Amino acid sequence: MKKLLIGNEAAAWGLYHGGLGLVSSYPGTPSTEITEFLALHNDIHSEWAPNEKVAMEAAFGASLAGMRSVCAMKHVGLNVAADPLFTLSYTGVTGGMVICVADDPAMHSSQNEQDSRHYAIAAKVPMLEPSDSAEAYAFARSAFDLSEKYDTPVILRMCTRIAHSQCSVELGERENVPLKEYVKQPSKYIMMPAYAKQRHPIVEERTAALTAYAEDCPYNRAEYAAHSDIGIITSGCSYLYTKEVFGDTVSILKIGMPNPLPVRLIQEFASSVKKLYVIEELDPIIENHIRSLGISVKGKELFSAIGEFSQKTIREAFLSEGLLLQAPQPQGPSPSVPGRPPMMCAGCPHRGMFYTLVKNKISVLGDIGCYTLGAVAPLNALDSTLCMGASVSGLHGFNAARGKEAEKKTVAVIGDSTFMHSGMTGLVNIAYNATNSTVIILDNSITGMTGHQQNPTTGYNIKGDPAAKVDLEALCRALGIQRVRVVDPYDLKACEEAVLEELAVEEPSVIISRRPCVLLKYVKPKTPLAADPEKCRGCRKCMKLGCPAISFRNGKACIDATLCVGCGVCEQLCAFGAIGGRKEA
Amino acid sequence: MKTTSVMIVGVGGQGSLLASRLLGTLLTDEGYDVKVSEVHGMSQRGGSVVTYVRYGDKVYSPIVTEGECDFIISFEKLEAARYASCLKKGGRIIVNTQQIDPMPVITGAAAYPENVLEEMKANGFNVDDFDALAPAMEAGSAKAVNIVLMGYFAACSGMEKEKWLAALEKTVKPQFLEMNKKAFELGYEGQTSRTA
Repeated sequence: MKKLLIGNEAAAWGLYHGGLGLVSSYPGTPSTEITEFLALHNDIHSEWAPNEKVAMEAAFGASLAGMRSVCAMKHVGLNVAADPLFTLSYTGVTGGMVICVADDPAMHSSQNEQDSRHYAIAAKVPMLEPSDSAEAYAFARSAFDLSEKYDTPVILRMCTRIAHSQCSVELGERENVPLKEYVKQPSKYIMMPAYAKQRHPIVEERTAALTAYAEDCPYNRAEYAAHSDIGIITSGCSYLYTKEVFGDTVSILKIGMPNPLPVRLIQEFASSVKKLYVIEELDPIIENHIRSLGISVKGKELFSAIGEFSQKTIREAFLSEGLLLQAPQPQGPSPSVPGRPPMMCAGCPHRGMFYTLVKNKISVLGDIGCYTLGAVAPLNALDSTLCMGASVSGLHGFNAARGKEAEKKTVAVIGDSTFMHSGMTGLVNIAYNATNSTVIILDNSITGMTGHQQNPTTGYNIKGDPAAKVDLEALCRALGIQRVRVVDPYDLKACEEAVLEELAVEEPSVIISRRPCVLLKYVKPKTPLAADPEKCRGCRKCMKLGCPAISFRNGKACIDATLCVGCGVCEQLCAFGAIGGRKEA
Repeated sequence: MKTTSVMIVGVGGQGSLLASRLLGTLLTDEGYDVKVSEVHGMSQRGGSVVTYVRYGDKVYSPIVTEGECDFIISFEKLEAARYASCLKKGGRIIVNTQQIDPMPVITGAAAYPENVLEEMKANGFNVDDFDALAPAMEAGSAKAVNIVLMGYFAACSGMEKEKWLAALEKTVKPQFLEMNKKAFELGYEGQTSRTA
C-alpha cells in the first residue's frame, strides 16, 4: 500500500510495523505527530508523559520488561532526558528501544538550534538519520533490530523538513514481536559503580562493532558519477538539496547513520574524487570526522552552521567555488512588505493577564508555550524565556539577588503543561528556600502550542479518555505554597486585584489564571463584539491588547467579526462604552 | 516530466495545510512523484505560513526557492507580495484579495500596502486576483476560502475536475464534504467564468 505521509507519520508506521509495544513521549514541535499517529493504534500502549525524562524512563522500563519501546521528543527535550540516555547506553536493552529526536534547524518553533548528533556521540549510541518519509519508515522499522542486535538504544534523528514533509511511502505489515521473557540481570541493569565499570568496556566494544557495521550499512551509500572529480558527503535533507542541484553529475556519499561514522567507506570515497565537500546542516560533525582521518575537505567554510539549507544555498556556495550553476530567474523581486510574526489568537485567555502585568509595569520571567508570544509587540510583556520551567526557578534566583525591590514587582508565568513538565520543582525551591515570589500558572487546560495535547491537569489521556486529573490548587499547597488563588483572565478587574494583592503579601503565592484555550472544540465562541464609530474617540487603548481582531481604520477601532470570539476584554478597557454590540447580535 | 512547483501561502489558521494535502493527494493519485512541505508549530499562530508542493517524474527537494515556482496560490494579498520572488518567469500567482492585518500594522508600526497587487502587476508579475471570501461565505463558512482557491486553481491546473473532486472526498472530513464541494465549485466557476 502506497501512501503520501509526512515524515513523522511514516516514522510512526515504521515503529508500529517494527513491533513497537509502548510509546511514551512529551509533545514538542517538530516531533509531536510521531506519538499522535502511534496513539491511533489500540493494540499498543501510548501515552503523554509529564516530561521527556519520564517518557524515556517509561520506555526503558518497557524495554527492561522485554517489550519494544519508543520515546519521542524535540531536540531540547533530549536535554531533559539526557540523564537516563547516558546510562541507558551502559545498560543496553532487552526489548529494542528507539529514541526519536527531532531537531529544528532555523528554529521554526524552538528556542535554540542545537544539533542532536552531539548526544549520540557523547552517549555512544547509534543514530539513524532519514532523508525523507520513505526512509523514515524503513529506518524506524529496522531500528529495533539494530537495537536488539547491538544491545543499545538507537536514536532516530528527524529534522523539521523531514518530519513535516510528505512523500509517497510503501507500507508493509506489522511484525508480531512477542514479549521477551523477563530475567533479572543485576550486572546489566543495576548501574552502581561495580557493575557500571563492567559495562563501560562493553560500550566501547559495541562502538567498535557498530563502526564496522557502518562500513557496510545499507543506509550509508556511495553514488558514483561516471565523469566527475567532485565528491560530496552529505546526509538528511542536505542530501535532497544536493541531488536537486547536481542530480547524478557528481559523486555523492549519503550518510544515513551519522553515529558512529564509517572510516573505510569515507577513505575510499575520498580517494575516488579530486575535490571533496561535506554538506551538513548545523554543526560540522561529519566534517570533523573526515578531518580526523587526515582527509582534506571543504565544509563549514562554504556552508553555514546556522539555519536551514536549500537548493539555493548549495547553488550559491558552489558558485563561489567557481562552479557555475545556473540560478533560476524570478519574475521580479518581492515588494517590501511588513512582517507577519505569529501572535496570540483573538480571545486567547493569556492576553488579559499579560495586559494586567504590562499595565502595572511588572517584570515577567516567561516560559515555553503559546504565552511566549506575550513577548511580542504591542504587549512586550516578557523579560526572559530560557527553557521549560525556568520561569519559576529563575524568578526565585532573581528575587534572591534583588530582594524586596524585585519581589514586589516581578512574577513568573508558566502554562499548565509546562508546570507539570518542570515547573513543580522550581516552586518547591521557592517554598523551601523562601523567596517571596509570585508565580502565575496560565492554565488554559491543554498543551497549546504543539497543537492541543492532553496533559495531567486536563483530566484526559492521549486517547481522549477520562484520566486522573491533577488538582493544581492542592498540588501547589502540597508543594509548600499557602496562598493559592484562581482568577478568570477575561476579568481584568479580578486579574489586577489578584496580581497586586499577591505581590504585596509577605509570603510566596500562586495565581492560577484559568480559562480554556479558545481553540478547544468544547469552547463555544460568544457573539462577536463591534466598535461603535460614533462613540469611539480613537484613544487606541484597545489597541494595546494586540488582539488580531481589532484594527484601527480611519482613526477608529474596528473589530473583525470573523475573528472576534466575544471574550469581552477590550469591552472592559474602553472608557467610552464604544465596544459592545452583544444585544443587537 | 520536469518538476512543477506550487506554493500555497497565507496566514496561520487559513487552512493552507488542508489545501496542500488536497493537492498532494490528487498528484499522488495521478501517479506523480510528489513532495509536500508543511508548517506546524509556532508560526501557525497567526503568522505567515508557506507550504510547498512539488511534483514530476522524480522530485528531490521538498522546498521551493527564488525563481523556481510555477504557481503561487496566496490566501492573502500581503503574503502574495512576500513570496513573489519565488515565482519563475512564466509562472502565475493566484491571489485572494482578502486583507488580514499583521500585528505591525495593527500596532501602527507599519502600514498595510493597500495597492500592492497593482504594483506587482505594474512590475510585470503575472497576478490573477480573485475574491475568495464571498464565495466561501456563500458555501457556508469564511474558513472555506482555502477550498474556493483550490477550486480556482483546479480550473487552470490542466487536471480533470472529477479527479480533483475525488481527491477532495479523500481529504476533508465527511461532515464538511458538502460545504467544501460547494466551495470548490464556486472557485472553479470563478475561474472559468473569467476565462470564458
